[in-house]
Amino acid sequence: MLTGLGITAGYREPVITDVSLTVHPGQTVGLAGPSGSGKSTVARVLALLHKPFAGTVEIDGETVTGYRFKARQRTKIGVLFQQPRLSVDPRFTLRQAIAEPGADRVDELAEKVMLTGDLLGRRPHEVSDGQLQRACLARALALNPRYLICDEMTTMLDASTTAALVGVIRAYQQESGAGVLAISHDATLLGRWADETVRLSAPLPR
Amino acid sequence: MVNLEIDRVSVRFALKGATVEAVNDVSLTLRPGECVALVGESGCGKTVLASALLGFLPGNAETSGSARLGDVDLLAASDHELATTVRGRRIGLIPQSPASHLTPVRTARSQLEEAARVLGGDAEKAAERAGLLPEHLDRYPHELSGGMAQRVANALALVGNPPLLIADEPTTGLDRDLVDGLLDEFRRLVDDGHAVLLITHDLAAAHKVADRIAVMYAGRIVEVGPAHEVLDNSKHPYARGLANALPERDFLPIPGQPPLLTDLPAGCAFAPRCEQATEICEDRPVLTDDPHAVACHRPC
Ligand SMILES: Nc1ncnc2c1ncn2[C@@H]1O[C@H](COP(=O)(O)OP(=O)(O)OP(=O)(O)O)[C@@H](O)[C@H]1O
Ligand code: SF4
Ligand SMILES: [Mg+2]
Repeated sequence: MLTGLGITAGYREPVITDVSLTVHPGQTVGLAGPSGSGKSTVARVLALLHKPFAGTVEIDGETVTGYRFKARQRTKIGVLFQQPRLSVDPRFTLRQAIAEPGADRVDELAEKVMLTGDLLGRRPHEVSDGQLQRACLARALALNPRYLICDEMTTMLDASTTAALVGVIRAYQQESGAGVLAISHDATLLGRWADETVRLSAPLPR
Repeated sequence: MVNLEIDRVSVRFALKGATVEAVNDVSLTLRPGECVALVGESGCGKTVLASALLGFLPGNAETSGSARLGDVDLLAASDHELATTVRGRRIGLIPQSPASHLTPVRTARSQLEEAARVLGGDAEKAAERAGLLPEHLDRYPHELSGGMAQRVANALALVGNPPLLIADEPTTGLDRDLVDGLLDEFRRLVDDGHAVLLITHDLAAAHKVADRIAVMYAGRIVEVGPAHEVLDNSKHPYARGLANALPERDFLPIPGQPPLLTDLPAGCAFAPRCEQATEICEDRPVLTDDPHAVACHRPC
């Protein structure tokens, strides 16, 4: 179980206050909410990339003690961000990026996410944004995460590729029992993808 | 105001041992007072086409054909000409993945004010029209959420009030209210006689704002026509599959792998994935010449 309990977090000021959320193994939880409601902050906290001001994160019963570079438990959690260009080293080929965590299944994973072989030797600036996002999904799955957090993963993708990748993630959940947190503005998409959806409310006007 | 006349444009990238045929023989006219949406599979050449129009292609790219905006051929113009007379002035570009295009060491406000000064626009008004609050403007790019960075990019493209706007996935990271606000803004521009080329995966947005939709597959336009006709009564099997994949419809992917742009078949590029394919599809279908045009031997 991946749990956030009473999380208050933000940057200079809090953007989320007292948010609690649980993702069970095998389950897909949707997270919705307007722009600025702190969905990506929730994602970063649960991925152990951002230390909350208050509250705790538990992974499979163990309370998290370190965030960012200290986070020992982080390999249990895979993350996909909205903008793949910001999360891939521009010097790596897609093959290197997918294999970076030490995967030997690059070709198999690439085929799953519908990356044709010609793309694997290219660097990020030589592929489209959606192609890069698909490489990021392959990279995340290469680590066999217990939980996968998808932060607006599909906004760079057409409807057919979106449906295909949701299928890939579901198949991975079937075989691994992984839990998924799916963050999106698209209520219709979450309705089709998630087992249940949690809504964050709009930020208070300041 | 003048038409944008894209005429038989192709773009190739030379890579070691391979050529990527990213855009193939695309022709499209965009008139003042018209919004055309360009949709299609991820990697099908939409962004490369937009980059070609603004002279933003990398050194290994080769183009053919022409893209006339009044008296300039955008594909033949020098970088100096594009920089001083076209970009931001005659054509505004909202780039895809805007966060990676903003200058990291300057606040949103300073970037927007500089653009306003150079192009002769009003920074405050552009920010407001894009749905930004004054306090957002004092942030540095890394302090902006994805949706805020998108709005900054939208404001930057609109500030010079260009007659033609090319918007590449401008709704990324925006919630429904903000998307609706942006589409209303596009509609106002179009009603004022501007032209908008909207590149988007958001078919609902395309449906709402576009007069016409062009569907691209493997670098070619395979269907183009009135927005609702193309989405609700698609003629091309690819366009039909794309519309049916929407979560409000079947939410099922088109089977098969995307085409290899380094090794395209001589005939219809969709044939390996098409249920209707027969022998005639080994000849390349040409786009018909009617208001709802399709490039398919056996349209739906
Ligand atoms: N510099 C480059 N060198 C070689 N190939 C490239 C280069 N830039 C893009 N491509 C290829 O050209 C094709 C079209 O890319 P483009 O970015 O136009 O796709 P797109 O339709 O905008 O996709 P998305 O919806 O994912 O943004 C892709 O197959 C891509 O891999
Ligand atoms: S030309 Fe043939 S293969 Fe291509 S889309 Fe039409 S029916 Fe299918
Ligand atoms: Mg693109």
